[in-house]
Amino acid sequence: MTQNARTDLPPAWQVSVTRGKHVLTLSGDWVAQSGRIPEFPPRGLAEIGSGQALAFDMAGIGRWDSGLIAFLWDAKRAASLSGIAIDAGTLPDSARKLLGLLPERLAKPEPAPRRRFRPLNWFGGRILDVLNETGILSTLLATTAKGGVLALTGRARMRSVDLFANIRDAGPSALLIVSVVNFLIGAILAFVGAVQLRKFAADIYVANLVGLALVREMAAVMTAIVMAGRTGGAYAARIATMQGNEEIDALQVVGIPVADYILLPSILALVFTMPFLYLYGCLVGMLGGFAVSIAMLNITGAGYLAQTLDAVPLDQFAFGFGKSIAFAILIGVTSCRIGLKAGRSAADVGVAATRAVVTGIVGVIALDAIFAVLADVAGL
Amino acid sequence: MTETDPILSVRGVTLAFGPKIIQHDLSFDVRRGSIFAVMGGSGCGKSTVLKSMIGLLRPRTGAVVVENEDYWAGTEARRTAIGRRFGVLFQSGALWSGLTVGENVALPLRMFTRLNDAAISRLVRLKLGLVGMEDSIGQLPSELSGGMRKRAGLARALALDPDVLFFDEPSAGLDPITSSRLDDLILNLRDGLGATIVIVSHELPSLFAIADDGVFLDAETKTAIAHGSPSALRDHCPNKQVEAFMRRERPEALTAGKQPVP
Repeated sequence: MTQNARTDLPPAWQVSVTRGKHVLTLSGDWVAQSGRIPEFPPRGLAEIGSGQALAFDMAGIGRWDSGLIAFLWDAKRAASLSGIAIDAGTLPDSARKLLGLLPERLAKPEPAPRRRFRPLNWFGGRILDVLNETGILSTLLATTAKGGVLALTGRARMRSVDLFANIRDAGPSALLIVSVVNFLIGAILAFVGAVQLRKFAADIYVANLVGLALVREMAAVMTAIVMAGRTGGAYAARIATMQGNEEIDALQVVGIPVADYILLPSILALVFTMPFLYLYGCLVGMLGGFAVSIAMLNITGAGYLAQTLDAVPLDQFAFGFGKSIAFAILIGVTSCRIGLKAGRSAADVGVAATRAVVTGIVGVIALDAIFAVLADVAGL
Repeated sequence: MTETDPILSVRGVTLAFGPKIIQHDLSFDVRRGSIFAVMGGSGCGKSTVLKSMIGLLRPRTGAVVVENEDYWAGTEARRTAIGRRFGVLFQSGALWSGLTVGENVALPLRMFTRLNDAAISRLVRLKLGLVGMEDSIGQLPSELSGGMRKRAGLARALALDPDVLFFDEPSAGLDPITSSRLDDLILNLRDGLGATIVIVSHELPSLFAIADDGVFLDAETKTAIAHGSPSALRDHCPNKQVEAFMRRERPEALTAGKQPVP
């Protein structure tokens, strides 16, 4: 490859017969990135009888790179198609070496297997998937519950360092975002309530609205949604990455149960922190409602507090507390499961994280609806 | 520019991560058209030196000169322009996992050339054909074995007809046969494409087979302790430590005066 600073000559070629020999003569510059590399027609050597040889004349060639090789490969394939031998000795050394690496014919890509859509098969497959997944999730849940009991009695095989690291990530680090979300939710509830209740001169009942809505529903649901996005996504991504690095395989080979080592600390951390985040969320949310009510309505701070204490009995807190534990288990188990199920590429990690967040949010809201119905039936 | 001109030279380079010095006052020249080996034991900073040459790590002091131009002194755009003449084969191929093998090779061509789709797919086929992978064009990296990933990574490194090809541990994780095939391929590509090749490796058989020049880095003194081709260093080197390494002898065999283990 000489590096002459002259302008490129267009590549040209022809097949001719000189002294009884077939010669492919090339001239010009054959640079791939010029985009001017011609194609050698697949049947371009058909009129030469098979058994003949094709020689090359490269005397007139200027600069060249892989563009020339691409063309020569075309010619090599065309020659092979017509049963013509190539006289590689007439090629420059370097081109001959590269051409030698290339196969004489292109491998035919395997045709994709034709898939017919069979509704019954599809439906059956989905049912099996769901059953299978339910089984795996139940096993996971059972292992975690067993591990949790063992952990309470101090006989678990997980490392407490991992548990505390997970609790720190899931708990204190989440305080700021939980505060912001719940404060604003409380404030929004107070706004909505204030506008309506003022019409009936029932200003003070804003405290009831904010208190009950937060304690029964909003604080638990909003905190769970925040945690599904924040911690559930992180768990899924972390476990999926470990899957990709063969770390999970390594654990299994060494004989360390994945459930004890990775899943248990993660899920337990959520179960420990979520109820407290819920209580904290209630408090901050009421603070938001309090601030808006004092600013907008004609009520005293003391009156608002007294009304709140009156409106929200302790068993309502117990209801919310229990719900947030259920949400924590749901988020923890599903996101760990999604992480374990993920494929091994970088894209799969992203898919797992997204799926964990979506499943977590939808699951939390669906579970909350179930709780609402149950509470209604139980008359809570 | 003559054949003996260095295409790339490292001059007085010091590399460090924070307070930790990796290599200190390192200098060597890579001749145009040579296969240059960066050698040394594990942990001596071979791969870090490679990073400073391909634009991933700025040296603390010193210069990396590419064809009389200081690589790190220029703007980022200038570095990209120089870097486009480089091809890099990373240790495990570093294929983009969301793209098929063919798309992996095509992406640099799409980004940096104005070729149409037909021309690009023709070049992609050619590059994959050169490494013997043309029938894997539609496969995803996750469906390939380690050796195939490496060859596909090599096809991608070849996409833009680089002047300099960098290999980070090309034979790591490959069986001896596959590894020696890769060596032949590297030799053929050097001869065919006229590229300069820089190899970071401690794999002695493949170094002896292909490299014709090199530098030996030391983890303790944190600089180059020998220059020359691997076989020359094996046959005679003023630094007995290097000679021992190249002969697969352990250094304590030297001091204890024992017979080396073959």
